[in-house]
Amino acid sequence: MTEEDLSVPPASTYFMVEETDPEERHTLSVVVDNQPGVLARVIGLFTARGYNIEQLTVSEVHHKRGVSRITIVTSATPHVLEQIRSQLRRLVPVHSVADLTLRGEPIERELALVKVRGESESRIEALRLADAFRARVVDANTGSFVFEITGKTRKVDQFISLMKPLGLIEVVRTGIAAISRGPEAMEV
Amino acid sequence: MAEDTGAPETEMMTGAEIVLRALKDQGVEHIFGYPGGAVLPIYDELFQQDDLKHILVRHEQGAVHAAEGYARSTGKVGCVLVTSGPGATNTVTGVMDALADSIPVVVITGQVPTTLIGSDAFQECDTVGITRSCSKHNYLVKDVNDIARVIHEAFYVARSGRPGPVVVDIPKDIQFETGAYVPPANVTHGTYKPQTRADAQSIAAAVELLASAKKPIFYTGGGVINSGPRAVAALRELAELTGVPVTSTLMGLGGFPASSEQWLGMLGMHGTFEANLAMHDCDVMVCIGARFDDRITGKLDAFSPNSKKIHIDIDPSSINKNVRVDVPVLGDCGLALEDMIAAWKARGLKLDEAAMKAWWDQIGVWRARDCLAYRNSQDVIMPQYAIQRLYEATKDRDAFICTEVGQHQMWTAQHYHFEKPNRLMTSGGLGTMGYGLPSALGVQAANPGALVIDIAGDASIQMNIQELATARQHGLPVKVFLLNNNYMGMVRQWQELLHGNRLSESYVEAQPDFLELARAYGWHGMRCARPGDLDAAIEEMINTDKPVFLDCQVANLANCFPMIPAGQPHNEMLLGEETEDAGAACA
Ligand SMILES: Cc1ncc(C[n+]2csc(CCOP(=O)(O)OP(=O)(O)O)c2C)c(N)n1
Repeated sequence: MTEEDLSVPPASTYFMVEETDPEERHTLSVVVDNQPGVLARVIGLFTARGYNIEQLTVSEVHHKRGVSRITIVTSATPHVLEQIRSQLRRLVPVHSVADLTLRGEPIERELALVKVRGESESRIEALRLADAFRARVVDANTGSFVFEITGKTRKVDQFISLMKPLGLIEVVRTGIAAISRGPEAMEV
Repeated sequence: MAEDTGAPETEMMTGAEIVLRALKDQGVEHIFGYPGGAVLPIYDELFQQDDLKHILVRHEQGAVHAAEGYARSTGKVGCVLVTSGPGATNTVTGVMDALADSIPVVVITGQVPTTLIGSDAFQECDTVGITRSCSKHNYLVKDVNDIARVIHEAFYVARSGRPGPVVVDIPKDIQFETGAYVPPANVTHGTYKPQTRADAQSIAAAVELLASAKKPIFYTGGGVINSGPRAVAALRELAELTGVPVTSTLMGLGGFPASSEQWLGMLGMHGTFEANLAMHDCDVMVCIGARFDDRITGKLDAFSPNSKKIHIDIDPSSINKNVRVDVPVLGDCGLALEDMIAAWKARGLKLDEAAMKAWWDQIGVWRARDCLAYRNSQDVIMPQYAIQRLYEATKDRDAFICTEVGQHQMWTAQHYHFEKPNRLMTSGGLGTMGYGLPSALGVQAANPGALVIDIAGDASIQMNIQELATARQHGLPVKVFLLNNNYMGMVRQWQELLHGNRLSESYVEAQPDFLELARAYGWHGMRCARPGDLDAAIEEMINTDKPVFLDCQVANLANCFPMIPAGQPHNEMLLGEETEDAGAACA
């Protein structure tokens, strides 16, 4: 009501609380109106309230109705996860919020483009590994390759770490797209 | 989102005309504002009509607080019009204040022409970016044909669910262009549909739990007032039906009549002994439209440790945010209370009589502590006494009370007894010094003929002192009742009690002569320094039909008790005499 700025413990106008519960990693799907600023609103909510975003993917999924779907991977305590869900629902352009992790293991995929130097010995080794991981060669010249790989985050991580000793140049990843199993759809 | 249903006779007009037409169709009668380059087309339209009355403030922050006062005293949406850049940034404190206290306000800001957006044009700022986190929602309108829809939607969002401020940014070129007007009836709202009716199971669970209580309490908040007269009536009915004691937050004062036997006074950091101890010791707590704010709970793990909690709130994110509750009831608290009353009666429920008698006996013991008592003086006006006398002089006048922020605000909450909702306008969540005077102007505009008083502190009043001119210009006969202690009293109190009495920068040196100041603005200025003169001064103030500034010189070093220093549990409260000693020891 009346006080700020004086928070020097122990004589404080605020008390401090610590979260002690362990954090969980959840995948949220957020259906929003595809209007200007909507992504800033969602991200702003996370930064303003100190929630973390580990991955974020956004794309329009319903052009006629102008609806986009945002996939967010976040880690927080169950209490904070509940807050995140209800804070997201409070945003005016948000249609619906689903915690896919709560509904069971969702299907999650991401795509990465991986550029590898690949000379002599390591060139053959890189191609062999790419084949094993079902990565496709999307660009090749005498000095380098670009692989396209799709899969769960862990598979992509693994592929990238195997490419490191073979001359990894750079990586770009999309972040995951996630969808629940079974016939149910999200409310739009 | 809205759809244009293509009404046959679409009316075409300029963007500026659309703005005014949309406001009128939303029932706006008063608009608080300040002109500038980016809103001149709208001001030009204002000039050429008589339906909307514009009140010219002297600073845009004041416009938002005035709109808040307007909204809080009427239950309607307040409306603000300002220019781009500095006009928009000056509203930010007000917009945040309205967000913190859930006050419905629509702020229309001008913007540089669409073609210049992003070019760092003169008086350009990213208004939607700046206000995104301090508004409930905001819009940048880029097409003249969207103006009407967006404004209607803005009003809908501002007043629906948990109310709040909405900002609509309109570039200047759009104001000149011609487009189609869409009436409110043709606008549908797609995504934002807050749940207002609680589900029957939660109502059933709530009444069953309440009926099992031996030491119940109702902890009410601003949600009761925001919900409206039906909620206030239902709260009273449920309280009378069950005999449960009632306390409230600062925001909820007036939601339950202070004259009721069941009223315990305000709770929280400066709440009463009986309210805080009853909260601490209760076994079933029904939180109605309040949010377990840190000024209320104190130390979280010691907050009402043995109670089961029912929480009625329209905002799902308020539930389980700070305090875990046993029965969440999601919906409008007026409807939920009505449903609870019906369910209580239908089931023929009753609280245990013997237990309730014991509970009230216990509360009687706490009440007997008389925690608001203070040592009065013959020579100097005690601030508590000043508020008591003001209350006595105005209680039959259905007065509207605004406050600034500080000790005087807490003393008002303690010693002014509110019988009705919408009678106290105070900055609770944000604690904005400078809120009271402009807010009083908004209240007076909405309630002509009513007695409107800003109970002020000498530091706070100087934060929006320029609004004295607004009162004069628009013939708004508000009263400023200044409790002048020559200190930032609340800061000084904390420094005395918690920082070894090192009064770092809390003494207001070089005070203006408030009497001369008031007169310079064309106000009736008065001063009072002796307890014996106080009643006559108050009488003169409230009976003078023009703006009156009463500089009431009060004891400089009085402290506001009870007080729960943050981090302490509710049952470890500092009370009057006890702390005088503690304070002296620190000094
Ligand atoms: C805009 C703003 N700045 C600073 C504060 C911190 N603050 C809270 S109370 C207070 C002192 C208020 O003094 P005054 O208005 O004289 O009232 P009193 O406490 O003496 O009754 C201050 C500086 C605030 N609440 N708002």
